[in-house]
Amino acid sequence: MSVTDIVFILTAIVTVGSAVVVVVSRSLIYSVFSLLFTFFGVAVLYVFLGADFLAGAQVLIYVGGILVLLLFGVMLTHRLYNLNLTTERFQPIAGTLIAAAVFASISLAAFKTKWKLVGEKELEPTTQQIGEAFLSSYLLPFEIASVLLLVALIGAAMLVRRRTDV
Amino acid sequence: MIELKYYLLISAFLFSLGVFGVLTRRNAVNVLMGVELILNSANLNLVAFSRYSSSGIDGQMFAVFVIVVAAAEVAVALAIILTLYRVLSTVNLDRADVLKR
Repeated sequence: MSVTDIVFILTAIVTVGSAVVVVVSRSLIYSVFSLLFTFFGVAVLYVFLGADFLAGAQVLIYVGGILVLLLFGVMLTHRLYNLNLTTERFQPIAGTLIAAAVFASISLAAFKTKWKLVGEKELEPTTQQIGEAFLSSYLLPFEIASVLLLVALIGAAMLVRRRTDV
Repeated sequence: MIELKYYLLISAFLFSLGVFGVLTRRNAVNVLMGVELILNSANLNLVAFSRYSSSGIDGQMFAVFVIVVAAAEVAVALAIILTLYRVLSTVNLDRADVLKR
């Protein structure tokens, strides 16, 4: 067992374990902070897969953006003097059964299927390839994504603004 | 070399945990976290297949777009949650069952 395997197993344990805490913990703050470890774990898995740009984007966008937004969501929807930031669960047995069935079917499919794989590819920096693809074959999706972000920005600002009669 | 199926296994686990969170939580912010787990597991699958198959960089491009849509989704969802809290004084999804008040 090489060092790479050990690091991979540790990363997998951290990712999966903190994801369990996210959905099981009764405290919202604990959930948000263990989501941090899940996102970092997925970023490390991207590094294992040779996706350097995506690992950076994962840390910047998920950890730096989405997680902070979620923290804002937790803080703004609970009164600060009421530090009882718990959340009740609903039908845990049925939820467990459905989640277990989903997991069983997906992992069965993953292990039984004969994937058409090529061997280990050369590790090379992907940032230049992604940038060139954005401005050539993916130009239209790129522009649509830009418009989507603009619409989401304006829409979110419209939704939360206080309605004052002008 | 780490085989493809281990990535798929981690991703399947994250996906089912996300499904569990979405199904069993009543707090809207918690449901949102479950959705984020699901999106992350899909991304992990895309990047893993992009590495181990002959499709070049396409899988990573899809993953970038998924991240973009996830960012937009979280912004709009939190705006909706804040509006819900302002109207109902709670983010319990069971109580969000009125169209007008």
